[in-house]
Amino acid sequence: MRRLFGLLGVLLLAHVTLSFVHPTGAATAPTGDAVDVGIVFDLGGRGDKSFNDGAYLGAERAMAELGARVRFVEPGEGSDREAGLRLLAAEGMDLVIGVGFIFTDDLSQLAKEYPNIAFAGVDYALAVDAAGNVVPPPQNLAALKFREEQGSFLVGALAALVGNSKKVGFVGGMDTPLIHKFEAGYTAGVKAVCADCEVIAQYAGVTPEAFRNPGRGKELALSQYQQGVNVIYHASGSTGLGVFEAARTMKKLGIGVDADQYNEAPGYVLTSMVKRVDNAVYDAIARVVNKQFAGGIYDFGLDKDGVGYAYDEHNKALIPDAVRARVEALKAEIIAGRIKVPSSR
Amino acid sequence: MRMTESRRAALEEALLPLAVALAVVLVVGDLLILAYGEAPGAVWRLLLDGTWGNAYGIGQVLYKATTLTCTGLAVALALRAGLFNIGAEGQLAAGGFGAAVMGLALPTGTPSLLAIGACVAAAALCGSAVGAVPGVLRARFGAHEVIVTIMMNFIVLALLNYVVAAKLHVPETLHTPALEAGTVGRVAATFPAFHGSALNWTIVLVAAAVVSVAWYLFRTRAGFELRAVGLQPDAAEYGGVSVSRTWIGAMALSGAIAGLGGVNFVLGYKGYYEDGFAGGAGFLGIVVALVGRNHPLGVVIAALFFATLSQGGLAINAMVPKQIVEVLQGIVILAIASSVPEVRRLVRKAAGARRADTGATS
Repeated sequence: MRRLFGLLGVLLLAHVTLSFVHPTGAATAPTGDAVDVGIVFDLGGRGDKSFNDGAYLGAERAMAELGARVRFVEPGEGSDREAGLRLLAAEGMDLVIGVGFIFTDDLSQLAKEYPNIAFAGVDYALAVDAAGNVVPPPQNLAALKFREEQGSFLVGALAALVGNSKKVGFVGGMDTPLIHKFEAGYTAGVKAVCADCEVIAQYAGVTPEAFRNPGRGKELALSQYQQGVNVIYHASGSTGLGVFEAARTMKKLGIGVDADQYNEAPGYVLTSMVKRVDNAVYDAIARVVNKQFAGGIYDFGLDKDGVGYAYDEHNKALIPDAVRARVEALKAEIIAGRIKVPSSR
Repeated sequence: MRMTESRRAALEEALLPLAVALAVVLVVGDLLILAYGEAPGAVWRLLLDGTWGNAYGIGQVLYKATTLTCTGLAVALALRAGLFNIGAEGQLAAGGFGAAVMGLALPTGTPSLLAIGACVAAAALCGSAVGAVPGVLRARFGAHEVIVTIMMNFIVLALLNYVVAAKLHVPETLHTPALEAGTVGRVAATFPAFHGSALNWTIVLVAAAVVSVAWYLFRTRAGFELRAVGLQPDAAEYGGVSVSRTWIGAMALSGAIAGLGGVNFVLGYKGYYEDGFAGGAGFLGIVVALVGRNHPLGVVIAALFFATLSQGGLAINAMVPKQIVEVLQGIVILAIASSVPEVRRLVRKAAGARRADTGATS
């Protein structure tokens, strides 16, 4: 018993001493007139090589180029999402960003409570009223939406031009309107360059689990390759890792989604439909810095570099110059509005 | 005189190891925070400010503690009967789902009290059904409840995930439509100081559950039988207690209490069922029960402690990454768990058994 008392004393003494240590470079209270931005990540958190990392990249750029001060919160459970946003809003941030559609309700609620703070939601899901009209977000809330169908259109064209087959493949994750958007754009892109090509589209399932099932992804991809498909585009989260695995086994090509997925299977990834969350986040911060922020719906399409396809030294060899020129021409036509890309099947 | 002295010694024996464990956590926390390059004093202050420093923080802590009290109480009750219920996570989710389905099914104009009663009953019933399965399998077939409850978690969570994702969700979300009836009011509506916090009147219901369980365990014959079975099933059976019936009853009751926890989120906070809302509160309930020494009052204190850590973790997340908070939480669990007498006794017993084993074979 006495020994425990002694131990307790020593520990408490150590704690009190350590409490007074103030390392150089430790955070200090926000001062001055720099723009303060708070970002709450989705439960996936940083290191997901997709969404959350994209938002982080955009924020990092805003810190370096615009002098914004950015703070990050990574919630641990569902009820922490609202708490995280609220924490940042209560601290008087100039802009609070929620990363992921799951923040939709929480953001709408807080935007009403804090009318003087700017809010932005990546992939904010717009509500539809009984008459079928889109309900605009609150005045101080920017809904950052991506035109995934436009990016998908371009990779569709690439798949058909490079594929050297009348059949091209698509593997979706969960069978929902959100993913149908990718399929619709992709199919339109294929048909634009090869009217008699056939798109074999399959989905991994009907639950969110379908985004985390590489085994199923590989199965679907192998069967498509065996039917004569040479290129498969996946929009299926980590299920797509199975698609790349199949591409490697069959020596065929896969197309990545969201981020540049070249490194998942070097040499077997034709390109990736990239969703530039970083650009959207940077853009929102820049608006606040330049005092031009306004709520509303922001569409990030090809015109704003919100979506696109990966083309760099890695996959240059896979894409002939003539094909590249053709795809760039299509891109220009979409931006000019001469090609309308469908967003549903 | 002698009486008070022995009581003081008992209190010392109970509290001192706990205090040492907490001090260890503080010092390890200091070192971790320093290693990250922040000032420990500032981080701890932020943790306190963000939790017990204002009404909003207190509201958040109480909200989180409400759920943890339910899951902790559920695990504690089963442990009193000698059963290890690892399935509180699934029971919690099932309870929330039951409440939501009942709330969706009731017509909009249902009187509030009636609707809440029906939803709460549905939550308890669903949690109880999930809890009863391992109880029956244990009592009838001797299937170990640890394995069965773990497996029940997978089954229940996957099933709910499917039902919500494929049948019940609002497009582009992972939650059901808002409930028509049965939602519980926020405390902030009566006491505006709590504005913004998720604290709701479910806390009163859960407080009543804590008192009822304490009364049941220590003041009723059935509770006495339950504890007797937990201490020594063979002796209890010899004494005329049906062990299998007690086990089934204890697991069903345990599941019902865990299911009540779902009310806090579904009826009290969001007003809809969201896939994955349990978020580990069921598993943390095991720790809460252990630290609370399987006593209802202890469970409440432990729940408040871990709720403070959870909310405080969010507050200091601005200065240190989430992983440090998680490591800290793990150390808290280890340090406190190893200071709990039951655990030390178990470890000693296991070490003794091993010594006996090696002695016999050599």
